[in-house]
Amino acid sequence: MSNPADLRYSPTHEWAKLDGDVVTIGVTKFAVEQLTEPTFLELPAVGKALAAGAAFGIIESVKSTSDLNSPVTGTVVERNERLLDDKAKKRAADLAPVNDDPFGAGWMLKVKLAPGATLDHLLTAAQYDEQLASDGH
Amino acid sequence: MSNLRTPLYQWHVDHKARMVPFGGWDMPVQYAGVVAEHKPVRTAAGLFDISHMARVSVGGPDALAFLESVFTNSVATMKDDQVRYGLVCNEAGGILDDVLVYRWPYGFSVVVNASNRTKILAWFEKHRVGKNVEIVDQTDRTAMVAVQGPKSVELVAGLFDADVSKLKYYYATPTLYCRQPCVVSRTGYTGEDGFEVIVENAYAVSLWTEFVSRGAVPCGLGARDTLRLEAAMPLYGHELNEETNPIQAGLGWAVKLDKGEFIGRPALAAADPTRPVRVGLEIEGKRAAREGSPLLDADGAVAGTITSGSFCPWLDKSLAMAYVRPDLASVGTPLDADVRGSTLAATVVPLPFYKRAKA
Repeated sequence: MSNPADLRYSPTHEWAKLDGDVVTIGVTKFAVEQLTEPTFLELPAVGKALAAGAAFGIIESVKSTSDLNSPVTGTVVERNERLLDDKAKKRAADLAPVNDDPFGAGWMLKVKLAPGATLDHLLTAAQYDEQLASDGH
Repeated sequence: MSNLRTPLYQWHVDHKARMVPFGGWDMPVQYAGVVAEHKPVRTAAGLFDISHMARVSVGGPDALAFLESVFTNSVATMKDDQVRYGLVCNEAGGILDDVLVYRWPYGFSVVVNASNRTKILAWFEKHRVGKNVEIVDQTDRTAMVAVQGPKSVELVAGLFDADVSKLKYYYATPTLYCRQPCVVSRTGYTGEDGFEVIVENAYAVSLWTEFVSRGAVPCGLGARDTLRLEAAMPLYGHELNEETNPIQAGLGWAVKLDKGEFIGRPALAAADPTRPVRVGLEIEGKRAAREGSPLLDADGAVAGTITSGSFCPWLDKSLAMAYVRPDLASVGTPLDADVRGSTLAATVVPLPFYKRAKA
């Protein structure tokens, strides 16, 4: 597993990257490999409050529907609109970045941390690697 | 209790298949991914390990009479080497299994769903009483492989002693593979042309790798499910179960009420026309409406339940099969699917969703 060392991880396979007080959120390569080929993504609107550990969206593949859980507590300030349908411009969602580059172009949300919120409860890359290994992957 | 393994188990593991328990077996659900496996079956050829399907031989002087008594379709009108789809029903007309019967000059074979193997063998044992029949479960000694897709005919060329490319749809022939006895049938569960091959265990890997070397794409149960959904083929445990009868399921064509007495016939002859019926649904958007999702009519009243639903890779649509009230079953009827609290718009559409172009 090549889980980037500069990210933090949730046990449910989301990653979080802190930059100032804004956290970028996505799903891990392992999650994408388990899902294979995402077909649908639902993300909360900008301004929505998220709680660490609570579901914020849905990702579907051909075979499964999974909740996305927020790794942190905060407020959505930006979404990766490319991953979503743009009804006004009649542009269909493009989920290829999630499949092909889950730690990069496949990011999903930017979240402004709530006052006092941190990433300290999340796993380090080494701890996350260890979880995957102990799960038999 | 550990799961059974097909003779191809090690091949699957060695080729990075994700293995899942299915019907008492450890089976590959996918190798490269459902979409990557589904599409080649529509355009070229895919390969499936279906050794988990139970293979039962039925012989003896009363074999025909026995099968007529437990099978809803007609056996007597089958020609030698013909294969026929039908149901095994209980006295109430509920479906115990959907099976294929093969007629040979010397007897019959029945291919049964893996999950129903024990139940059907027990049912056969119970209903053979007083009849001179020999029923033998051949599953453990043989493997079964399906090659499916428009290129299947090219892929089987020269593999068997018989020219199986000449087989008509739903016909089979006993033949030889590497001088070993096998059975090849022109059957499948994908909506495509193709063949299913039953071989001795020892030759399963050889046959499989031969098909792979000829370009067949190994496919898991995931793609098998999305392919059969596009082709609107019912799956036992989803569209079919003991509480559902074949008439509701749209399988009345496989029930021959005029063939003489058989188990379930009186109940099916008097089937209640107000029971929910199987329909196809197209779901708006790309979200899947999965099994168990309730359906509501325009007034918000319960309309039915989805039995299978998925995003379908070839048709590039979210499709589902469902049972709905008969008054809501006509094509064009708008319904709402309640999917995890969200409402998705659904429309009744004709089945099958996918039909291959005639060659």
